This record gives sequence, structure tokens and C-alpha cells, in this order.
Amino acid sequence: MRNRLKLPVLCTMVLAASTLQAQDVELGNTKFQHSCAPCHGKGPGDDGRALLPGTDALRVKYQGSQPALLEERTDLPADVLMVYLRKGSWSMPPFRKTELSDSEIRDIAAYLEFASSQSR
Amino acid sequence: MAVLPPGVSAVRFAAAVERFKDAVGADWVFTSDDDVHPYRDHFSYIKDQPNELIPSAAVGPDSVEQVQEIVRIANEFRIPLYSISTGKNFAYGGPSPNVRGSVVVDLKRMNRVLEVDAKRNFAVVEPGVSYIDLYNHIQERGLKVWIDTPDPGWGSPIGNSLDHGIGYTLGFYRDHFGAHCGMEVVLPSGEVMRTGMGALPESNSWHEYKHGFGPDPAGLFGQGNFGIVTKMGFRLMPQPEHWRNGLVSVPKRADFIALVEVVNYLTDLGLIGEPWYGSPLSALMENSDFTAAAFAFNEDKMDQLAAAAGLASFQVELQFYGSEGTTRAGWDYAQELITRKIPAAQFTAGESLPVPLTREQIASTTGPYPTRMRRNITQGVPGLGVWYQTSRTEFNPNSWNETHIGLFSLVGRSGEAVFQAQKDFAEISAIVGLPSVFPNATATPVNWYQHAFLMGNGFRAGGENTPEGKIKSAQLLRRILEENAKRGYGDYRAPPMLQDDVSDQYSFNNHVLRRFNETLKNAIDPNGIISPGRAGIWPVAYSALRGSLRS
Repeated sequence: MRNRLKLPVLCTMVLAASTLQAQDVELGNTKFQHSCAPCHGKGPGDDGRALLPGTDALRVKYQGSQPALLEERTDLPADVLMVYLRKGSWSMPPFRKTELSDSEIRDIAAYLEFASSQSR
Repeated sequence: MAVLPPGVSAVRFAAAVERFKDAVGADWVFTSDDDVHPYRDHFSYIKDQPNELIPSAAVGPDSVEQVQEIVRIANEFRIPLYSISTGKNFAYGGPSPNVRGSVVVDLKRMNRVLEVDAKRNFAVVEPGVSYIDLYNHIQERGLKVWIDTPDPGWGSPIGNSLDHGIGYTLGFYRDHFGAHCGMEVVLPSGEVMRTGMGALPESNSWHEYKHGFGPDPAGLFGQGNFGIVTKMGFRLMPQPEHWRNGLVSVPKRADFIALVEVVNYLTDLGLIGEPWYGSPLSALMENSDFTAAAFAFNEDKMDQLAAAAGLASFQVELQFYGSEGTTRAGWDYAQELITRKIPAAQFTAGESLPVPLTREQIASTTGPYPTRMRRNITQGVPGLGVWYQTSRTEFNPNSWNETHIGLFSLVGRSGEAVFQAQKDFAEISAIVGLPSVFPNATATPVNWYQHAFLMGNGFRAGGENTPEGKIKSAQLLRRILEENAKRGYGDYRAPPMLQDDVSDQYSFNNHVLRRFNETLKNAIDPNGIISPGRAGIWPVAYSALRGSLRS
């Protein structure tokens, strides 16, 4: 499940965004793959669907004005993620602090910032 | 603190909160509106209503000892608790309690996989472990055992099994509570109890013999409120070497009766995994001639129209786990048995694949026939792909399904019983004023439990997302449940909003079962602090709340 392709890169490269810490990005990657990617990741959905449900929902919502994949989004800093994750959005229920701590959400934001910089 | 536990003053509650903080640490006691918000049922029919089942607070223990201390504090302050594992029981209430103002005991931080034995084929987990976590644990270690996962994999084996959830692989593994073997429980007194061989301190077979000696109370903790489960063992299926599937189609409606008999035989011999029933005739529901025949249950006419359309009346997809040879023999044997009873049956071999299937094989949609089977769950691979049923899609771009709810009735495991249920559910739809689309002559059962059929009834009653619409839908569901019960259909599971209603239907001999459970409840939990009202079991301390959600 883990996005292993990027991990060796993380260990050696100078991160594109200077404020990002490699450890935060790696922790965020791990948490993203565990808690977010089952719905918002790449790959096919169930029952012959082309996309996973969260990815498809964002494709339908933005109609191309934003990437459907969270890992390609450049507009999801921690304070924005915090709102979506704590309040929920559409059929995505809110996440409790026992599931995702504030610190883990910040790590996910760091990972998304890094991942989107790699996808450009 | 917008909500208080019933009968507890703000001052007293504040004192209890301080004690909870002493027990688990201030970081893991949640009282602000923002922090409590995620403990509301995201799919509640009564969201923002005065009776919405909002907790007063949540506490997140990290150990059995902390759970014990929370229970002791709740007894001292007479605060109702409601325990959740991963809190993902959506369609059945999510993380929200039965009593408004309860304190949720959020066990998510207790997320350790304690043991996986791939030779004796069991796992032991804490409540915060999800199916995805357990699957990852097994895969990372290359262990040759399978889990049996429900549709969404973010739930926990403990929470799902305790709510009598199901999966999709082989035989008794699908009954998640039935496949448990040994549990540890913090009782309402704060004591820790272990069931089965766990009661014998030096036993090395806790997760292999669940009955121990004497009465086994484990069943009380399934959909019950007699304690907080902190560990459970589960039997795991050894990884088979091979999997194959095949499609059986029968031409006439009446053939379904013999088909079910043979499939029951194969199921009960342990030769097949979950059979997936369906009716190709559902494709004709846009045809007015066919719908007229289907709603009138005119079997001759339906057979005639099916033949004209070149469609089978019913089908079942079978799956076999074992070796290449045993699965081939199983498929051959199934064809032989079915042909004996239904000479006109048609068979289409599916795929024959070595296990584990690759990700591409799981996602493949190019088999020999269009399959209805969700292959990831038949292979014990957890995910969240099924969540498309509630989310934004091309077909549903502007409003999400806020009334996601699960209601499934037990139906006898025979073709005759299914046909009767089709007629009964159609009649109920007419009585309550629902369009007779879902319950019709092409509706088929699910065989989630090895020995039982379930059929959805009432699932489509929801739909209006306005507050008034949702309240109306809830009342409609109650009417459907009443009509179900008059005809002998009871639900296997329900959200807190409807648990009193379902409990009311299990009324044999003046509700002796409920009276028995409540006698036990009052003896074991004299302050009634553990999940009062769960499954309609109300302790004396909170009995005034029975049925209070109906208004």
C-alpha cells in the first residue's frame, strides 16, 4: 500500500520546498497511505469502476479545474486539511483525534505538498 | 460542553472530566464542541434535532487498566458510557451512543495486533485494530493466513464481530462473531474477565476452544451492554493455493427452489464460499410487460418473457477455495448435482487462478462472464472501494446519501421462503406507500451467514435529505419494521435510532428474552453505566428512555 517509489527519493534529495522536513514528509506519507489512500489513492475502484470513490468524487466535483488525486493538489495546507478532516465533507465522515492527531494531519499536509511538487 | 449526561449536573460532570483526565491524560479527554463533533453519527436521521444522539465527551484510553479506571469513575459519577472500537459502524450509528450525553470510550488507541499464528490459524487483536491494519500486519510478515473482511475495511474485527457483521470468504469465517475465539472484557464492576479457555490461567488454547467449561457468556457481549471488550481472538482461514468461480443459470422461476437446495448442500459440506445470487431479469424492469407480470407475481408470464428475452430467471455465482484440483472437482461436482435436479441449468466456468491473486487480477472485469462478485472481499483484501455507494459520483453529483442505513431481515434459506418474502415485501411497500421497485419478483437474498438468508427491506425508504424528510423517512422505516414483524421478519442489526423498535419485535412470550437480558443487566451493571439502551436492553437507571427516540 505504501508509496515505496518515492521513499528512496525522500531520503536523499533536497526537498523542493525548503520548509518541509523529510521526517514529516515520510511520516505523512505513511499516514496518508494508511488513512487516506484507500479512498483517495490511485488505482481502480470496486465493481469495475475506474477510480477509487474519493478520487472519483473529486473528479466529479472539480470537473478538471483541480486534480482528482490529493497527491497532485497544491492547495491543501494543514489548516485546510484540518477543516475537511475534523468536520467531514459530503459522505466522508469526520476523523477523530484518536484516529488522526493534529500533528499527523500536519505531516499529511507536508507529504501532499511534497508529492504534488513531484507530480508537476 | 453543550450536552450533559442525563441526571448529571454541570459541576458534577466537570469533576468527572477531571478524573477522566487523571486516568488517561488530558490530551485524550475530549469535551469541546469541535472535538466531540466527530463522535456524532454522520448519517443520522435526526441530525441537529433536540434528540440527536450526541455524546457529552469522549475519552481515549490506551490500556486495559485505563478502561478499568474509566468504568470505575463512571460508576462513581453515574455517567453512561458508550464504547467504540474504530467508530466506523456507519449505517448502524457510527460512533454515536444510544443515550444522548453519554461519554464515548474511544478504544482506537488500543490498536495492537497482539498475535497472529499462521500455523494454528488465529489472530488476537485489540479493539482499535482495523481490518486494513490486520491485513497489512499479515502481509508485511508474509504470513499465509487470510482475514475475512466486510465491505469497508476501516472497521475493526472486534467492533464488527460484536455487531454481528459479516464477510465474504468461506463458511463460518463469514460470521465474524461466530469465528471469534476467546475474549477479554472489562465488566461494569471494573474487573477483567476472560471467556473460554482464557478463564484457565495457564491455558495455551484460549483461541482454539471458545467454550471453556460451563455456560459461555461470550454471546452477551455481541450487540450487548454487559462490558467493554478489550481483546478478542479470531479464527483465520489458511491461505488456499487456488480459487475459481463459476456461474450457474436456471431458466424458469420455479427452478430457483431446487437451485437453493443444492447450493445449501454444497455450502453445508464446506465445498463453496459465499454464493452470490442474482436475477438477470432485473434487466427487464424497464419493460412494462415484464414489470406488470413481476408485480403480479405471474410466474408463467415471467418465464415466457424471460425465454423471449433469452435470459435466465435466476443465477448463482459459486466460488471454490482449495487447490487447482480440488476447486476443479468442486465445480464439476456442483454442475453434476445441479444438473440432476435442474436438467436445463446452464453453466459458465469463471476464472481459475492461483492464490494470492494479483492486484490486477482482483480488479479485472474481463472474466468469461459479467460478474457481480466483488473480488477483493472474496479474497479477504480490505479496502474502501465500496464507499462509492454513498459518495459523489457522475450519477449523483449534487447531493450525497445522508440517509445511509442498513436494514436486513432474516429470511428462511429456501426458494419458497424467498418467493414468499418477495410477495410480503412488495405488499408492505404498498401498505406504507413506497414504490414497489426494490422488493419485487427479481429480488434475491444474500447468503452472508453460512446458514441464513438476509434480504434488504426498507433500505430505500431513505432519500429525502431535508431534516423533515429524514424524520419522515425514520417513521416510515418504523412502519416497515412493524409490518415485517407481523409476517415473521426481524432485522439482524440496527442503528441506535431503531434498536428499540427492532427489539420490540422479538417479543415471544411477553418479551421474555428482553426481560431475561435486562434481569442480567441490572444484576451485572447495577448503575446501568455500560451502553444503556443498546439493542433495546435498558437498565432500571435509564429505563425511562426506552422508546424516547420515536417522538
